[in-house]
Formats: sequence, C-alpha cells, structure tokens
Amino acid sequence: MSVSTLMIDGHEVAMAAGATLLAAAREVGITIPTLCHLEGLSPVAACRLCLVEIEGSGKLEPACITPVLEGMVVRTDTSRLQDYRRTVIELLFTEGNHVCAVCVANGHCELQDRAVDVGMDHSRLPYRYPDRPVDLSHHLFGLDHNRCILCTRCVRVCDEVEGAHVWDVGWRGEHCRIISGLNQPWGEVDSCTNCGKCVQVCPTGALFHKGDTAEEKHDDSSQLVALVRARQARQVAP
Amino acid sequence: MNCNLASSTAGKLRLATVWLAGCSGCHMSFLDLDEWLIDLADRVDMVFSPVASDIKDYPQDVDLCLVEGGVANSDNLELILQVRERTRTLVSFGDCAITANVPGLRNRLEGAEPVLRRGYLELADGNGVVPHAPGIVPELLPRVLPLHEVVPVDLYLPGCPPSAARIRAFLEPLLRGELPAMEGAAMIRFG
Repeated sequence: MSVSTLMIDGHEVAMAAGATLLAAAREVGITIPTLCHLEGLSPVAACRLCLVEIEGSGKLEPACITPVLEGMVVRTDTSRLQDYRRTVIELLFTEGNHVCAVCVANGHCELQDRAVDVGMDHSRLPYRYPDRPVDLSHHLFGLDHNRCILCTRCVRVCDEVEGAHVWDVGWRGEHCRIISGLNQPWGEVDSCTNCGKCVQVCPTGALFHKGDTAEEKHDDSSQLVALVRARQARQVAP
Repeated sequence: MNCNLASSTAGKLRLATVWLAGCSGCHMSFLDLDEWLIDLADRVDMVFSPVASDIKDYPQDVDLCLVEGGVANSDNLELILQVRERTRTLVSFGDCAITANVPGLRNRLEGAEPVLRRGYLELADGNGVVPHAPGIVPELLPRVLPLHEVVPVDLYLPGCPPSAARIRAFLEPLLRGELPAMEGAAMIRFG
C-alpha cells in the first residue's frame, strides 16, 4: 500500500493513498467543520464548509473528497477560510426559514452548532423568507422544507444503507429541494420502509418524528455510523 | 464600532432597554438577573425601559441600549431611528432583534395586507374586521426586519431568550468599558 506524506497546518502526516484530506486532518487532531459529511455515507462536498487551501493551487478544495498527495502543504484555518465558512453558514440560515426558537431540533442541531463554531452572532446577509411547503403525509415522520439545507444525507442514507432510494433532489437553484418518490407526497411512496434512518441523520429539524415539538428531536447520527461499521466488519470477517 | 462607554458624562453609565416586535421574553430574562439587578442599579442610570423606568420618551445621550425585537410596524421604525440617533452603543438583544425570528414568520406572506387578512378575516370566528385606526394602531410594515437591516448595530446578543447568565456575562465587561467575548455556545447560540 503506497503512503503519501503531507503537511497540514504544520503537522506532518502520512496517509494511505486514496485517503481524504479530511481523514488526514482528523488523524493529527485538526477539526475541519463539516455538515453534509457523515461517516458511513459517500462524500458529496455539497456544503462547502470543509474547503481548505493547498499551496500552489489558487483554488480552494473540499477536504471531504480531495485525496492526499505526496508533498501537499495544506492549510485548514486561515482568516480567508474562516470568513468563507461563516459566509456559508449565513447563506444556509438566510436562504431558508430557520426559526431556532420553535424548531424540533433546537439545542440538538448541527447547523446551530456550526454557527457557534464559525462565530456567527448575526447574519451579514439579508434573510430571504422563502415560501416553502411542509410534507406531513407520512404516518410517522414529517419533512419541513423550511429547515432543509440540502445536505443530501437523507438521499444517501436511504440509497446506500437502507437500499430503498425514496429520496432524490429536484429542480435547481433557489427552487432546489428534496423530493420523495417521483415528486409524490412522502406518504404515497410505496418504497419507503418507514425505517427512519433519514430522520436520524438529518442535521437539522427538516426531517422529524411526528409528535416532536420544540427541542424534542434528539436524533443521533452516531447510531448510523455504528450500523455501517458493524456491516463492514461482518463483510470483512471470514 | 462605537463602544467607548467611558466617554459618557461624568458619573454613571446611562442604560436603556427597548421593546419592539418581540414577546418580552428577553426583558423577562433581564429580570431573571434577580439580585444582580440591585448591583446593576447602583452602577447605571436606568434612563428608559419598559420594565425598569416610567419615562415615556426616549432620552438624549444614552450610553448603552439593549433593543429587544425586530422592526414590524411604523412605531417600531420611528423608535429605532430615534434610539440609533441618541445612543452610543446599540445592542441587538435576542433572536427577534437579530433575525426577526418568530414575528418574522409572517414575512413569507409578503406584505401587511395578506397578514392582516389571514389573521383578522380568514382565521376569525364569525365577523372578522381588519383593524384600521390611523394614529392609534400603528401600521404594519410589509416585512418584519432585523434591527441591523434598518440601522447600524454595534453588538449582538443572541438567544431566545438570552439567559440571565448570558446577559450578565455580556453586561459585566461593558460596565468595565471592555467588549464582551462573543464566542462559544454559552454566549452566541441561537434559540
């Protein structure tokens, strides 16, 4: 197995070829903020929070999908990156309707957590207040598009782990949103197994258990990580 | 940012609090400071506040003002312009002032008229009437706006409401003429 040696924020790290910059940074104890990334699901670089600077390249690269290369010199926390990350979070807050006080995920929300990490005490960008629907057609769960940040964790977990592929992404730009089935109400999609994995991995209150009110959603995506690891271990075992 | 509180007239810091489009929860949280309010009262002149003063007109030459709530109607707009003009350090106090928050939920209806129609006609029991009393009931603005989209804001104190501990940790450095360290979940988490 070939190994690449690189520098991240002044730390030397040796990683197997094919490993990502995100994994390499974590190896030396450097935290790069992420939102769409979740161990056990394929990385998609949708949220752009994990952008890093690579010496010799004018372009910022998402650490979650960029493979390590021999001799790379990477910076993960420059003032330029800090400013971009805060702007990314402000864009997420202002393009939807994130009213923390009345949200099921208040206090247990990864978007809230990242806002704290990037030091957002207000948004420098104006709020858009879009008119977005809520799908309550499923008998167990709900989908509030106002709180969706289009991380696509639900799409990936349903496809890659549950194997049902209920979710997809429809339309583009400001009209872009998560759709179920062939853009049907969730409750009418026969392929849904009611497993709830999408709810569990949703970083915000967009997907929730019916009956949860403010601050009552306590889902933990680490359960999904444990499930995926257990499956991998079983496949490796003789 | 203007935070030179020491430049105030000799003597105590002139403190105000203002209540715009919010639920008053931030002010209730302010009152939750309990016995520390007695210390605070010794160290400031409370020159305007819905919970701590009976003055009706916003005074001149205020050093520090905590403003709760967004800007939702013509009265809010008039007052916040006056507050900005007469205040050295203006603080967006709580999530409604910073994001429009719950009052801002009406913004997706796009305009005052659809909001009034929804509230007073469509959801009315029996014969609803849209209130219209110019000069008595302030006119709604088309959207509820965060303060900093209307006037320059110097400092932000998030929370719905900010806890009493957070308010105290914010005010204590300011009383010493220092800026509070606005970082970490204990100080800036929304909600």
